[in-house]
Amino acid sequence: MASAEARQRASVQPRLVLERISKRFGNKRANDRISLEVRPGEIHALLGENGAGKSTLMKVLYGVHAPDGGRILWQGREVSIPGPGAARQLGIGMVFQHFCLIERLNVQDNLRLALPELTEGEIQRRFERLGERLQLKASLRARVSGLSAGERQRVEILRCLMADVALLILDEPTSVLTPPEATALMRGLKRLAQDGCSILFISHKLAEVERLCDRATVLRGGKWVGTVPLAETSRAELVAMMIGKTLASLPARPRAPAGETLLEARFGKCGRLKRAEFSLSGGEIVGIGGVAGSGEQELLQLISGERRGAAHRLVFFGQEIGAAPVQRRRALGIRSLPLDRIGQGAVPSLSLAENFLLTHHGWGAWIDGPWVNWAEVGARAEQALAGYDIQAASSATPAGELSGGNLQRFLVARELLGEPRLLACHNPTWGVDPAAKSRIHEGLLNACAAGAAVLLLSEDIDELFSLCDRLGALCNGHLSPVLPKAEVTPEIMGHWMTGHGDP
Amino acid sequence: MIRLEKRAQPARSMLLLAPLTALLLTLVTGVALFAALGQPPLPVLKAFFIDPVRDAYGLSELLLKATPLLLCAAGLSLCFRARIWNIGAEGQFLLGCLCSGAAALAFNDANLQGLARLAGVAAGLGAGMAGGLLWAGLVALLRHRFNCSEILTSIMLNYVALHLLMWAVHGPLKDPEGFNFPESALLANPLLLPAIADGYRTHVGFIAALALLAAFGLVGGRTLVGFQLRVMGESASAARYAGFSQGGLLWLALLGCGAAAGLAGAFEVLGPVGQLTPHLSSGYGFAAIIVVFLGRGHPLGMLLAALLQALTFIGGENLQIEFGLPKSIAQIFQGLLLFYLLAADALIHYRPALHKPVVRIAA
Repeated sequence: MASAEARQRASVQPRLVLERISKRFGNKRANDRISLEVRPGEIHALLGENGAGKSTLMKVLYGVHAPDGGRILWQGREVSIPGPGAARQLGIGMVFQHFCLIERLNVQDNLRLALPELTEGEIQRRFERLGERLQLKASLRARVSGLSAGERQRVEILRCLMADVALLILDEPTSVLTPPEATALMRGLKRLAQDGCSILFISHKLAEVERLCDRATVLRGGKWVGTVPLAETSRAELVAMMIGKTLASLPARPRAPAGETLLEARFGKCGRLKRAEFSLSGGEIVGIGGVAGSGEQELLQLISGERRGAAHRLVFFGQEIGAAPVQRRRALGIRSLPLDRIGQGAVPSLSLAENFLLTHHGWGAWIDGPWVNWAEVGARAEQALAGYDIQAASSATPAGELSGGNLQRFLVARELLGEPRLLACHNPTWGVDPAAKSRIHEGLLNACAAGAAVLLLSEDIDELFSLCDRLGALCNGHLSPVLPKAEVTPEIMGHWMTGHGDP
Repeated sequence: MIRLEKRAQPARSMLLLAPLTALLLTLVTGVALFAALGQPPLPVLKAFFIDPVRDAYGLSELLLKATPLLLCAAGLSLCFRARIWNIGAEGQFLLGCLCSGAAALAFNDANLQGLARLAGVAAGLGAGMAGGLLWAGLVALLRHRFNCSEILTSIMLNYVALHLLMWAVHGPLKDPEGFNFPESALLANPLLLPAIADGYRTHVGFIAALALLAAFGLVGGRTLVGFQLRVMGESASAARYAGFSQGGLLWLALLGCGAAAGLAGAFEVLGPVGQLTPHLSSGYGFAAIIVVFLGRGHPLGMLLAALLQALTFIGGENLQIEFGLPKSIAQIFQGLLLFYLLAADALIHYRPALHKPVVRIAA
């Protein structure tokens, strides 16, 4: 690579400096004089709650947004980055949370589209050399539609790197990976950094950040809070920087004696779900792991009643309700929280009061025959807001104006106000900041303590192990056995999630 | 290069100001248009917008024209609230006309009295609503059973309805004593709706239209069904999650609209026209779409918008009489109004931003 002298010079000079970057949208300051410095070969974490300004800052850096103020220095020289093309020219690559590959083409064709200046042979050589070096293997001939989430991500990262990238930005890269895939990715990233590539790593998972990164910059409310070396910083300190106060630890969980069986489910084929059999008892939390798209959405909808049919048996309190519609199940005490907060769990253009009514329209003091008493609905929605310290002006605020964490808190509060006997939720803390996360966990545990059964479908292994009494996993539509936590290790979980588990 | 950037927060006051801005821009464009046609702009505008409503008779004509617009708009507002894009109020109106006329003609007798007269009028009104229901029901059925786009089916059914009406007045319902004009016999006086006051053509249908507008407004704004329609319009998956019956809501909105538009047709036949002719609609079902958008789906807003639209119809006729300008000027004004409104709406939510030129970076 470079000569010793050049390497020395590079190590003195930061690869990237952001100086007092500001960006406002309307009257909201998304970034307020944020500074950041990334050294060559450094893995630098960018931390912050939802709405702290991380994505905005990265979009400024990648040329998607033009900053209102501040300077960007690249290798010591001031640059303006008017678009993603200019960013790539400089040597900045970004892998977005959502994959940007064309499903119907194979990997090689996707690479050719992104790198028109390279010959086919060159593409092949670089791809294999990089894959070998980083131990991120993928097949050039495979069609993208047939790849797993982990494989797609590897392809995206390799595609970025093939364009001679000196700074790689990764936005929540492990959220769709199984534990073994995530570990493999971490190893690859470490090797990449050893080769001199700088990495900006955005994640909510502090354990991951601590394992991987050298330094972390923390943002809060659009402002820079601090940049700290991770080796000298405890997790509690990091969290305190992110949320501005210390978190209460998880409430001690009273071990409820196993309640009576509330629900027995035996689901047949439905979309991507092939077969699932399990039971739930009052007072327990059952966790189901699995990567996105392994049938977990169908499983949730079969419980909520959004999907139903003769092939699916569901016995709740001794009643067969496999064919019952959503509203009847809700009347029996079955409530659910879907993955999509915006557009399914809540309608962004409607007010919080209206969103409250969304799952409270069957009965209540606010329903008077065909009429809706909106004042009463508003009062109930305010109750949900106050109970979970949700920062929203009032129940008339459109749901879309809440940050992800606040909205999810509201949705959990909404469902818990309905006093569910069974609450099924899908990734309830996905993309949510630590403060909201602990609040949501607390809510689930409280519901459980009150005798409800909680079914937690989650991609977050730490969450599953810290909350659940029994665990299982979905892989390609098949549900593993659901065993008590004591009998399940993260390795077994990983096997279940990748389909190599015991039959 | 200019591109549109989404605004962080649209100003609420603008939601009300946009229709007014659109109206102002329409007038300005009108001035330019008339000047280009070599007509004195201000007298023409006066003849278009002011002369028709200078006296009580003119005002009553305005209410008469507004009646079918109000009914169709009330019905459409139900559909549009759920983003069911029913463009078929025109067809539902025409089939209402046809069925109502056919039913009333069966009772056609100048000496109808008492119960028989009541039965005749009721048959005319009922058949009109039934016609509208049938036409809207077809759209609902095609969408519900076969997932056909309601936009396409409702537009195409407009033509079917128009041609059914043509066939009827050229064929089975043609007045045998009508000198072979494609028109039905005139309905006898006892079958016609009573006027609000002697000497004016505005009939009791206007009152009914106001009542229906208010009723549909209440359904939309204050009831659970109205809320369900709105949720369905915003997000189908949220409606499914909430447990709303989307099929039921689809039928409800379309049938509600069909009944209202069919009733509007019956009011025209049993009101000012008094017979079936090929020219029963001046495009009320289409103009009502503009009324809903201009009035933001709110009853009061739609009332004002319907009066404005009615004025363009009458004003157009007045221009034809006084200046020899084609009546279709009215449609130009209606089109301009919708165009400017949509543009103003777009600017409420987006702002134009100059895209900074790309700066090349030296390697």
